[in-house]
Amino acid sequence: MAWTREEMAARAAQELRDGFYVNLGIGIPTLVANYIPAGMHVTLQSENGMLGMGPFPYEGEEDADLINAGKQTITELDSSSYFSSADSFGMIRGGHIALSILGGMQVAENGDLANWMVPGKMVKGMGGAMDLVAGVKRVVVVMDHVEKSGAPKFLKACTLPLTGLGVVDLLITDLGVFDVARGKAPVRLTALAPGVTVEEVKAKTEAAFAVDLAGA
Amino acid sequence: MASKLIQRTADALDGYLFDGMSIMSGGFGVCGIPENLIAAIREHGVRDLTVISNNCGIDGFGLGILLESGQIKKMVSSYVGENKLFEQLYLSGKLELEFNPQGTLAERIRAGGAGIPAFFTKTGVGTLVAEGKEVREFDGELYVMERGLVADLSIVKAHKGDAEGNLVYRKTARNFNPMMATAGRKTVAEVEVLVEIGGLDKDNIHTPGIFVDRLLKGAHYEKRIERTTTRPRAEAGANA
Repeated sequence: MAWTREEMAARAAQELRDGFYVNLGIGIPTLVANYIPAGMHVTLQSENGMLGMGPFPYEGEEDADLINAGKQTITELDSSSYFSSADSFGMIRGGHIALSILGGMQVAENGDLANWMVPGKMVKGMGGAMDLVAGVKRVVVVMDHVEKSGAPKFLKACTLPLTGLGVVDLLITDLGVFDVARGKAPVRLTALAPGVTVEEVKAKTEAAFAVDLAGA
Repeated sequence: MASKLIQRTADALDGYLFDGMSIMSGGFGVCGIPENLIAAIREHGVRDLTVISNNCGIDGFGLGILLESGQIKKMVSSYVGENKLFEQLYLSGKLELEFNPQGTLAERIRAGGAGIPAFFTKTGVGTLVAEGKEVREFDGELYVMERGLVADLSIVKAHKGDAEGNLVYRKTARNFNPMMATAGRKTVAEVEVLVEIGGLDKDNIHTPGIFVDRLLKGAHYEKRIERTTTRPRAEAGANA
């Protein structure tokens, strides 16, 4: 059984460490906030200009001046702070954020990531993704292992326009976990979702990888 | 000195608008956008605008209303995924678009306002964003040169302001507004709350009045929310 979105988020939460300042992207990465281990202090950054994101507000308590980078209404904590987008990306570009967990369209075995456009089809933009992968110390990508068509997304080389070169440290898909190491070492498959076999992963992956299930 | 304080929305941009000009517009999504000044631009009808803004509003609100009226020729943004009309206009060639990474856009504006013509950043090296730009190695890493950015006019939204032009933003509605206030050849600010001179805490002014040419108390604020997201009240009891 492949992992669900929630299970992928829970696996990604294992990358959190006490004291970390963390940026979570839109989609599955946002769910990681629900799996911060009890007793662990993690501060969530929202790149539109906030440290210390709180949970979603109760109905009727939404504040139009308080949203996250996904434009969702959120709340503040006693420890929160607000700042400009320039200060926010100073934190990101300056290497002050420990961990970025974000979504992907394609990842390559050399650590390249594509997640912002499909030429001629989708015009959305990169938002803060290029800054995050360039500046954050550790980058974890969470994405489905294959396209809806079944085509692989973990490739020898990305075919879509890149978000960053050699930036992915860890890839978590619904089938398993890969240590990509920014392309500086051969890719290792370090964990499999329950019931998923190495053969199934190989059949659905274009990238080359070694199997190191004990070495995670 | 003439007062910076403008009484009527219709006068706020008087003499500042011309066809083919560039305009920076504060806000992230539709959070912290200068609603009243965007409406004034629509009312005026000025055309062929290059608009620099992180996003382009949503269909029917924010900068989206200037797309509908066909006043925008080009957008400089980091993300425009919330606007169907934008996609149609762009894919049909009726709208030019320059994507900047969000942090690069913020820094370009900050630099422009601070008199810095260019800077180097790691962001975007090896991607479409770096095409045609100088790339230089510093301490063994590659960086791409990005230009500082200024505009003919900046329109920004703050929570509070005084007649001196001092501004205080609120929560995440701050976003791009402070940098844009510094990078307009003319800057017009609108505020929800106008306070008397002396009514702001001098140690906590986000934008000093030097950057603001005119200040308007917004006549009306809709303050739409793009994605209302809530949690059930029952959760409070469950977690208690």
